[in-house]
Amino acid sequence: MDPISKFLTDYKIPIGPWGKAFFSFLTDNFDTIFRAFSNGLNFILDGAVDLLLMVPPVLLALVIAIIAWFLQRSRPLAIGVFLGLIFIINQNLWKQTVQTLVLVVAAAAMAMAIGVPLGIWAAHKPKVYRVMLPVLDLMQTLPTFVYLIPVLTLFGLGNAPGLIVTIIFVIPTAVRLTHLGVVSVPKAIIEAGEAFGATKRQLLWKVELPSALPTIMAGLTQSIMLSLSMVVFAALIGAGGLGTEINRALGSRRIDLGLEAGLAIVVLAIVLDRMTRIGVGGKK
Amino acid sequence: MTVAVDFKNVDIVFGADQAGSLAMIDQGATRAEILEKTGNVLGCAGASLTVHEGEISVLMGLSGSGKSTLLRAVNRLNVVSRGQVLVKDGDRTVDVVTCDEATLRRLRQKQVAMVFQQFGLLPWRTVEENVGFGLELAGVPEAERKARVQKQLQLVHLDQWSKKYAHELSGGMQQRVGLARAFATEAPILLMDEPFSALDPLIRTKLQDELLQLQAELKKTIIFVSHDLEEALKIGSHITIMEGGRIVQTGAPEDIVLRPANDYVRDFIANVNPLSVLTAWNVMRDRRDLEQGDNGWVWLDRRKTTRFKIDEHGLVAAAERDGKPAVWVSCADVERQPEEGAQVFWANPGTPLKTVMLAMHRSQTAPVALFDEGSRFVGAIGIRDVLSAVLRR
Repeated sequence: MDPISKFLTDYKIPIGPWGKAFFSFLTDNFDTIFRAFSNGLNFILDGAVDLLLMVPPVLLALVIAIIAWFLQRSRPLAIGVFLGLIFIINQNLWKQTVQTLVLVVAAAAMAMAIGVPLGIWAAHKPKVYRVMLPVLDLMQTLPTFVYLIPVLTLFGLGNAPGLIVTIIFVIPTAVRLTHLGVVSVPKAIIEAGEAFGATKRQLLWKVELPSALPTIMAGLTQSIMLSLSMVVFAALIGAGGLGTEINRALGSRRIDLGLEAGLAIVVLAIVLDRMTRIGVGGKK
Repeated sequence: MTVAVDFKNVDIVFGADQAGSLAMIDQGATRAEILEKTGNVLGCAGASLTVHEGEISVLMGLSGSGKSTLLRAVNRLNVVSRGQVLVKDGDRTVDVVTCDEATLRRLRQKQVAMVFQQFGLLPWRTVEENVGFGLELAGVPEAERKARVQKQLQLVHLDQWSKKYAHELSGGMQQRVGLARAFATEAPILLMDEPFSALDPLIRTKLQDELLQLQAELKKTIIFVSHDLEEALKIGSHITIMEGGRIVQTGAPEDIVLRPANDYVRDFIANVNPLSVLTAWNVMRDRRDLEQGDNGWVWLDRRKTTRFKIDEHGLVAAAERDGKPAVWVSCADVERQPEEGAQVFWANPGTPLKTVMLAMHRSQTAPVALFDEGSRFVGAIGIRDVLSAVLRR
């Protein structure tokens, strides 16, 4: 090794040990809190899954198709949703699909619940956005496996850590698209609101959010799609569902099983995308 | 007349170094100098203007002259750096520059409404929801809001379109929605920021006419920004011309056309047809300036073709044309009069110059007499007066 490189490595900055120390500190001192949180979350998620599985599969598929019709007012779309779900039942993957569905919907909903207010805040305060931006970049680019490890040590195995990992991965998208939507509200209509005496709150609810809604809804669709893409990773730390099937197929080199579960994910993705996308059916 | 809006020495500077820029304004620095020294943009400087109730005051200028900037100071869309903007608020006046947020909001909701160049409509709302927007912000109950919106929609002939979305309408219709939204708040003061500039010429003329009709009924105080002098002359009761952030001239439309303050204004009016603003009053020679003959006879023209005999009440007792007795006939009937040599036309001070010229044309360039409401003789217009007014010499 050349002397300069040797010199540099001799004085290696202990980022790894620091991080480890930080997480050790958390687990040593707040372990019970994290575990309790994790258990509570697991209880809710498992409860939701059990509840949905009590409904006969075909009936549940029908209910989802009806919801699709209500959201988009399009009969072909509702029929397509129903047929897609029937295909999953046919592949005998219904239970896993429901587990995945609960995880994905919960993750996307949480990500939106946290991301939309953050996005609005960032849009109103450019300085906040400048601070937020590198954090968002970090959350999106840090390889998923890297934060699987601390989440695993803090929350243990199960659905809860899977949900948390997914939320971390998805929040940046929700923030970014909300920010984009709010900053691109035309200045003319903001001024119109001000000129007619809107308060800050009225401006937000009656001008900015309605104007940004299409972009925020695109954020929701994106959040759901990204959550689905995390399903396989979440399965590595014990989240059930279709991801578990794919991991098992990988472990035992079962092409058939992988293909079936993979197709089920694709079908679920298409169903959710079409249900939440704006402007698919007749409705604007 | 009551004052509705009073600008007092208003300076508006965009940028961080307010104090430095204001000091430069005091030294009379131009916009370019201020930009170079401080990096700030001069919006307008030393603007003083009084707008009375019920008038249409037009702010004119090229783009960047500060006319919109000054307008937007009235509802504090632009923050004034120094000076006062006094707005009538019921029985008192409020200085918009210093008033608190709550007062400002009340002014914006109830006293000052605005119409925008790009309409500023909310595309996800229907026409009626857009018109009701201001009322909704002011917390007007839904039933009352609906009724007021319907009334406004009828006023601008959009009642059949109330359920359509704003973007489904043509530009002219969208601006009607913008007008209705402003009228719906029943604010006595209306700010119009180049409202018709984005429309094609035919629609623009139509909306100008409609605005004048509505104004005759509603008697609002309107401050209107325009870069189109024809528009300003047509609708303005007062015109203020701005250049580089400063007011160059304020006056009635014919003042601007007849007595431009400097070359900038002269350039502005170069292409204006004077016939569209001038009246008989603007071009006449006063009776005291006319050449007096004997026994109360007054020559109406320099060539001495026509003369009137005026009695002690100022009324016309006799008329003579080319040495023969003549009758005097009103200009208003000029179209219906047979062409005869022995008649002299008369007009009122408010008669358009165009009508006067037509009368001259009919009577072989005879002068036209001017009578006031009491039929008293006030002056006369000869062919040379008309020519010099039209040629602006």
